[in-house]
Amino acid sequence: MPSAALIKEFEAIVGKDNVFTSEADRQSYSYDSAVLEAVVPALVVRPTSTEQLGKVVRLCNENGNPITVRGAGTNLSGGTIPDPREGIVILTNSLNRIIEINEEDLYAVVEPGVVTAKFAAEVAKRGLFYPPDPGSQAVSTLGGNVAENAGGLRGLKYGVTKDYVMGIEFFDVNGGLVKTGSRTVKCVTGYNLAGLMVASEGTLGVFSNIVLKLVPPPQASKAMMAVFDDVNKASEAVAGIIAAHVVPCTLEFMDQATIRYVDDFTKAGLPRDAQAILLIEVDGHAGQVAEDAEKVEKVLNKVGATEIKVAKDAAEKFKLWEARRNALPALARAKPTTVLEDATVPRSKIPAMVKAINDIAAKYNISIGTFGHAGDGNLHPTILCDRRDKHEFERVEHAVDEIFDVALSLHGTLSGEHGIGMAKSKWMEKETSKATIEFSRNMKRAIDPKYILNPGKIIGA
Amino acid sequence: MADLTKLAKLLQELDDQMVGCMKCGMCQAVCPVFAETMKEADVTRGKIALLENLAKEMIHDAAGVQEKLNKCLLCGSCGANCPSGVKVMDIFLRARVIVNTYMGLSPVKKAILRGMLTKPALFNALLDLGSKFQGIFTSKVDDLLGSSCSKVLSPVIGDRHFVGLAKQSLHSKIKALDTPAGKSGKRVAFFPGCLGDKMFVSVAEACLKVFEHHGVGVYMPEGQACCGIPAISSGDRVAYDKLVKINLDLFSKGGFDYLVTPCATCTATIKEIWPKLMDEYPATMRDQIRALHDKVMDVNQFVVDVLGVKPEAPAKGAVKVTFHDSCHMKKSLGVTSQPRALIGMNPKYELVEMAECDRCCGSGGSFNLYHYDLSKQIGERKRDNILATGAQIVSTGCPACMLQMTDMLSQHGAKVAVKHSIELYADSLR
Ligand SMILES: Cc1cc2nc3c(=O)[nH]c(=O)nc-3n(C[C@H](O)[C@H](O)[C@H](O)COP(=O)(O)OP(=O)(O)OC[C@H]3O[C@@H](n4cnc5c(N)ncnc54)[C@H](O)[C@@H]3O)c2cc1C
Ligand code: SF4
Ligand code: SF4
Ligand code: SF4
Repeated sequence: MPSAALIKEFEAIVGKDNVFTSEADRQSYSYDSAVLEAVVPALVVRPTSTEQLGKVVRLCNENGNPITVRGAGTNLSGGTIPDPREGIVILTNSLNRIIEINEEDLYAVVEPGVVTAKFAAEVAKRGLFYPPDPGSQAVSTLGGNVAENAGGLRGLKYGVTKDYVMGIEFFDVNGGLVKTGSRTVKCVTGYNLAGLMVASEGTLGVFSNIVLKLVPPPQASKAMMAVFDDVNKASEAVAGIIAAHVVPCTLEFMDQATIRYVDDFTKAGLPRDAQAILLIEVDGHAGQVAEDAEKVEKVLNKVGATEIKVAKDAAEKFKLWEARRNALPALARAKPTTVLEDATVPRSKIPAMVKAINDIAAKYNISIGTFGHAGDGNLHPTILCDRRDKHEFERVEHAVDEIFDVALSLHGTLSGEHGIGMAKSKWMEKETSKATIEFSRNMKRAIDPKYILNPGKIIGA
Repeated sequence: MADLTKLAKLLQELDDQMVGCMKCGMCQAVCPVFAETMKEADVTRGKIALLENLAKEMIHDAAGVQEKLNKCLLCGSCGANCPSGVKVMDIFLRARVIVNTYMGLSPVKKAILRGMLTKPALFNALLDLGSKFQGIFTSKVDDLLGSSCSKVLSPVIGDRHFVGLAKQSLHSKIKALDTPAGKSGKRVAFFPGCLGDKMFVSVAEACLKVFEHHGVGVYMPEGQACCGIPAISSGDRVAYDKLVKINLDLFSKGGFDYLVTPCATCTATIKEIWPKLMDEYPATMRDQIRALHDKVMDVNQFVVDVLGVKPEAPAKGAVKVTFHDSCHMKKSLGVTSQPRALIGMNPKYELVEMAECDRCCGSGGSFNLYHYDLSKQIGERKRDNILATGAQIVSTGCPACMLQMTDMLSQHGAKVAVKHSIELYADSLR
């Protein structure tokens, strides 16, 4: 525990109610959504204004307390597991004001603790659109989205969080306010530090304000589902759709294991013998949507989809999506522990990747359901196990290692959207190079000499 | 720390259920308590993590965990929304029994739960007396026990605008009923619930009027006890078991098709909680509980689904009514369309939906007594949603919610009446 005097200093900044010292409170900030060992922080501090945030950061640095900033704590890579050496958790969920939504210049300014879905809803109320939609958007924070460069279902057509970050104001370790980017579409004033902050997982600075780009919403959309008796055909369909110059807003994949788990759970009568299902949605203005949908159907027929369902109205669309919505719930219910990975490969390599995953599952005698974003090759091999079974969990760890190996051998990447955190930092050098790690460490050391900004994440200790 | 080891052992029985929580944090989106406090220890994920740590003896401050565990509306929103299907209510109720028993019940709670609630005759007599002396009966109530029904025991608390005890309770107006099935061919056992018996007598009377109108026979035995929810949510297994036993003895007789209640909380307790907590009962009791599980039904559902009452087109009357989905009604029983259908039967009314109609009103039993400020904040959001509709009446299917909404609306000086949906329907019958 930090000294009583230090606790008093934090209390002087944020008020007594916003410094949590009790064992129960501290223990509840010791984990996130990653399946990793918890670490209990020494203290939890909740600033209620960005001024307070800067002062808290500064005080931590002065006293050498490692900082872990926490939004909703839903990251899947251990990014918010605090440091065991008197680590302090800083909560952003009271920094939740939407400062501005500018309808003329199509941007918004937000504090980091604003919940993604709430923001998207406010934006929608004004007839605009904020596309990044991670599966956790009902609770995740925009600060967490930026710090992880979160993706979502719409990534293929609309891009991911980084494509919407126009500017960031962040505190350096000394509590100095760094301003980067702007409210303009173009900006070349200085280094692109905002770009550096994206996916930095709290290791380089602490965001206080974020400027996000908004776009006009699509006027129409059409959804369809295609069933395949061969993963290769599904993959050919994906390639064919892109080759036909259609960029669907979503292009989701479910493998046979996932289809069966979903069917067990929903009893919706899904095709249990199918090897793959694709869920496809095109959007834009009405004429283009009709045209694109037609092209997609043609491709699906040509590659030999065994079944194609096109939603005629909103109700049917909702029903088509039911299977995909239930993918995680069905998998999560099947076994106690759910290890959600996100190894990503070039989209043409999806069949190879799916086959490799199935081989790995058989080799280690574990259950894996794979679903994900076929359009961008971002798969979610989801390992179903029971972490209390030590032997099984050892096999799971080996399997994860092998999945990464395969992904890298297919010119893919360790993580499409869940981040590196603590879970995958040991793999960083394998995907990049020794020099990459050195470069990153040197940079961090210069910015954060005491190594207090979320140490141990991304580039190790 | 020999003691904690014992507590930890007991909690390990929950491990199989708790391990299903994948710590995804999605419960943050729906927990009304978290929405106000924004503290992880107040949301399901945090509570489960703390219980797991207690079970592994990784935490020393058991009282700290107890406090977090009790700071919960038991509204079920998290369980209904959990992608991993964690049986949150099971975990929380069992954990409350384990932790609260271990930590000990306060003497006041014990006196009330075990000394009074489990003795329906005494309980009724005291309260009948109380209704005549309301206001005298107001001593140290903040240390009282749990559940909405605890308000039955505390007519005036602080500046809260409680609905007082009814001048005359249902049981003192009508001792018991035992009438044969009429033209409907159905006969029901009627369980008014504490609130229906002692506070919202008009709700119970509306039910009886509806039964009579449709020719439904009624079995309403004397000496009904509370369904047990205040006892079990305070973690008092002893009092809970007694209450269940009293009611089982009454309702294993009577020959009826359905057990009908106007209280969504009672229905959910009998339907869901009794079977969950029956493992240690003798086989006959388990059979009785199973039989009641199949027969117990919310009154709205009974009238619509069994009696077949349905408007051809919803009424478009002059008086606007908005409807609040009580947590137990929607999240435990899955009843949502039936009360709306009943409102649509009365030509005087028009139903207008409020925003977040299924968001908890913040009543949550003893929660309202122990965490009044928090309960009030949650309730104010409900109140504002009600007011935004411009409705003159807010309707719901649970007397506990009626209490909370009455409190919130009348403190605000809002002229919105609070009515049970069965009252609105009964009002349309001559
Ligand atoms: C069910 C489920 C579904 C998911 N689906 C997706 C998905 O579809 N796509 C996807 O990309 N991810 C997904 N995720 C992962 C996760 O939700 C995202 O990474 C999300 O962006 C995390 O947001 P958060 O607010 O929870 O951040 P946290 O987990 O609290 O923090 C994440 C990181 O951001 C840092 N951070 C937070 N705030 C700041 C700040 N103000 N300044 C500096 N650093 C900060 C933290 O230190 C940490 O390193 C999912 C997770 C779950 C549990
Ligand atoms: S939503 Fe369910 S699985 Fe997820 S953290 Fe909450 S209780 Fe656990
Ligand atoms: S039961 Fe209700 S109050 Fe309790 S944790 Fe779940 S959502 Fe929150
Ligand atoms: S749920 Fe109903 S019967 Fe049970 S205690 Fe509450 S009001 Fe009384």
